[in-house]
Amino acid sequence: MNDFIAARSQMALSLGFHIIYSCIGMVMPVFMAISHYKWMKTGDPVYRNITQAWSKGVAIFFATGAVSGTMLSFELGLLWPKFMRYAGPIFGMPFSLEGVAFFVEAIALGFFLYGWNRLNKWFHWFTGIVVGVSGVASGILVVSANSWMNSPSGFDYVNGQYLNIDPIKAMFNEAWFSEALHMTLAAFVATGFAVAGIHALMIFRKRNVHFHTQAFKIAIIFGAVAAILQPLSGDLSAKGAAKRQPAKSAAMEANFHTVDYSPLLIGGVPDTVHKIDKYGIELPGMLSFLVYENFKTPVVGLDKIPEKDQPNVPVTHYAFQIMVGIGFFLLFAGLLYFVALWWKRAWLFRNWFLKLFIFATPLGFLAVEAGWTVTEVGRQPWIIQGVMRTSEAVTPMQGIQYTFYLFTFVYFTLSVAVVFLLGRQIKMVPALYDKNK
Amino acid sequence: MLYVDIIFLFFAIVLYFLLGGADFGAGIIELFTSDNNKSRTRKTSYQAIGPIWEANHMWLVIAVVILFVGFPVIYSELCTYLHIPLLIMLMGIIARGTAFSFRNYDAVKDERSQALYNHIFVYSSFITPLFLGITAGSVISRQIDPSSNDFLTSYVYSWLNWFSVAVGLFTVALCGFLAAIYLIGEAKEQSDIKRFTKKAVIMNAVAVGCGGLVFLAAEVENVHLAHWLFGNPVSFIAIIAASLSLVLLWYLLRNGHTQIIRIPAAFQVTMILIAVGYRHYPNIVMVKGGNNLSLLKDHAPLTTITDLGWGLLIGSLIILPALGYLYYSFQRKAE
Ligand code: HDD
Ligand code: HEM
Ligand code: HEM
Repeated sequence: MNDFIAARSQMALSLGFHIIYSCIGMVMPVFMAISHYKWMKTGDPVYRNITQAWSKGVAIFFATGAVSGTMLSFELGLLWPKFMRYAGPIFGMPFSLEGVAFFVEAIALGFFLYGWNRLNKWFHWFTGIVVGVSGVASGILVVSANSWMNSPSGFDYVNGQYLNIDPIKAMFNEAWFSEALHMTLAAFVATGFAVAGIHALMIFRKRNVHFHTQAFKIAIIFGAVAAILQPLSGDLSAKGAAKRQPAKSAAMEANFHTVDYSPLLIGGVPDTVHKIDKYGIELPGMLSFLVYENFKTPVVGLDKIPEKDQPNVPVTHYAFQIMVGIGFFLLFAGLLYFVALWWKRAWLFRNWFLKLFIFATPLGFLAVEAGWTVTEVGRQPWIIQGVMRTSEAVTPMQGIQYTFYLFTFVYFTLSVAVVFLLGRQIKMVPALYDKNK
Repeated sequence: MLYVDIIFLFFAIVLYFLLGGADFGAGIIELFTSDNNKSRTRKTSYQAIGPIWEANHMWLVIAVVILFVGFPVIYSELCTYLHIPLLIMLMGIIARGTAFSFRNYDAVKDERSQALYNHIFVYSSFITPLFLGITAGSVISRQIDPSSNDFLTSYVYSWLNWFSVAVGLFTVALCGFLAAIYLIGEAKEQSDIKRFTKKAVIMNAVAVGCGGLVFLAAEVENVHLAHWLFGNPVSFIAIIAASLSLVLLWYLLRNGHTQIIRIPAAFQVTMILIAVGYRHYPNIVMVKGGNNLSLLKDHAPLTTITDLGWGLLIGSLIILPALGYLYYSFQRKAE
């Protein structure tokens, strides 16, 4: 494995790991605040138990999210020093504000986790809200840094020099809104369905049904609403990508040829040698419609893009198909939940219904990983779209493959540990909380 | 605004040393505590650092952010030449942070897994500040050599030298000392206070020893440390002040002021950092061949510096009161 590939793999691994914890860090505080609120309003102890059970699990995720985030802030420099050297001053603004948001979050978290029975109860509740708000804010800020890499702005690039730097303009680059919206929704979808799925499993096994039913409800309402909105926001992202990053967009669709009535490809196996797609379903004109809102206008295909500026087509395409496929699946699952809630109450406890949500447990996070693969692999070979190539940014240090193996080992061990600890938490629910019931 | 950024950078580093350092120190103390007292030490230190440990470590993130936004050249050079010690430090941070929260939040407190978390926690509490210190030492040791093409010279001897290692050990000792002083104030029982006092005395002696080692190593590696420290009035005064505060500290402790002693301890460490920092200012990274990196020269364009400064100022209006209230609440509740 050469150093360049190792560096890219290490970055991808670290971010792919961190994103799971940061989604949970953004969304779980919101769920906890809701059940905490219900407890204070209704006095039903089940809500206090849910909040406390969640907060124990979340503490583990928080610690892991915080350390993996600290790693990332160094890794940007350890792996991509030449990128940070030029990009730091331009896209750093959201990072410094993010630093503030993290700090607020860490402080509020101290109050929240250790404040049970110590603080005024409304103040305690409020600190939970602050954790959630600053979590979402940091998510949005860091995504704005990433969207700058996709649509660089706020500087002039003249003869290899970065001039007239304007960090604020860089922060509000063209892509930031669609990316931030899509990411925030994704966090709610992924966490909502994952949490709901775990509680659905417990209902399925008839353990503490009352407890798990209430917990399921809070999680799934958020997950379902976000899942229904997600394709709309995805459409916005896709239109933006087509406009700003035609190569990424063409790779997502495995669109090899620029033709009138560009077809939308569903599924399919791109053959990069013969430049054709096999086995997929093509819907003529649909791609033109999605991008330009009429069926005729041709969408730029890979034939218009020099080979050396093209990303890896199969990876981008498959990742995109996975994300969109899951997106529509979760959309229907979300709609089904509301049908059950409003018209078909009995469904809520049917085995097929619970099984559906148990099956959906990991899907949201799978879509998150797939989506980031689309964004990041689709941007290659650029680290800053159109300005700097990833290969120019990599560290001169040799032997990165060994650090990559080390990171793989560490993240693998941590994942196993977190799953193990979470399993223990769930097992302890009856022992810890039944007596209050 | 450049000076605002520099001041924030300095404060973030000092606070990380003081707060994060005390935090590491708690693990170091645990490492050197006999088995039958370990659980008591653990309990006291958990009560003391539990609610605030995450906030303590945010100072590091703030310092890194200021560096890469405001001083990107410095950040990228450090990350390149000190890749290895930074990496080891990061591994320590990961191991420590997760072990600390796993041991408190594991739903089943069985002996085997607790013992494992404790092991990871104490050893990583030692490794992390060791490599933090090694990194800090390398920054001023003049061993970073941009002209070299050879792997060992560029990426290994830049930090693996007597001076850097001695600074690393000195840092570990200081962390242990800070933690012991801090824990004296947290302990409620007389026997614990005695125990932590004894630890503080030992750590103090070790720190002085390691300090001597640093001077020795400096001679070996041709770092003119003595000349730097005593050759200019500010550093000289800072060193004297640091020594005097130590005397004050022991005097206060003998008279039973277990809380107040934190102030001279913190003051002492701050003075040491000032003494070292001031002599080079505005240079911050000493490089072989003399092309040192300077805070006043190697900074980002001024628009960025200004925006960063405002971000920090406004951010600190939110953070500092909240942080103060956090410390205050848990201090008061603990009593
Ligand atoms: C639960 C997760 C999830 C779901 C269900 C979807 N997405 Fe997504 N998508 C993400 C999670 C995600 C993500 C991981 O969060 C990304 C990566 C970067 C970003 O901002 O969001 C993303 C990126 C992303 C991009 C790339 C944007 C760019 O690189 O500029 C496009 C075009 C879409 N999405 C489109 C869609 C469409 C049409 C969906 C229809 C159902 C969809 N996504 C569902
Ligand atoms: C957390 C979600 C993210 C995931 C899962 C993710 C995933 C990836 C992947 C798969 C790569 C490798 C691409 C390749 O080499 O083919 C990559 C590269 C990279 N990403 Fe991301 N990314 C995420 C967010 C971000 C953010 C927020 C930033 C910065 C602000 C960022 C910065 C980078 C950089 C600097 C590289 C290395 C250069 C490159 O290969 O383009 N990423 N990421
Ligand atoms: C899309 C990508 C990302 C998202 C949505 C995201 C979001 C978040 C969130 C919400 C948290 C707090 C979660 C928690 O404490 O559990 C967090 C933690 C953190 N993230 Fe990320 N992040 C992303 C990528 C990055 C990158 C690229 C960096 C580094 C440059 C980074 C640095 C950090 C740091 C330092 C922390 C620790 C803060 C703390 O101690 O609370 N993150 N991230």
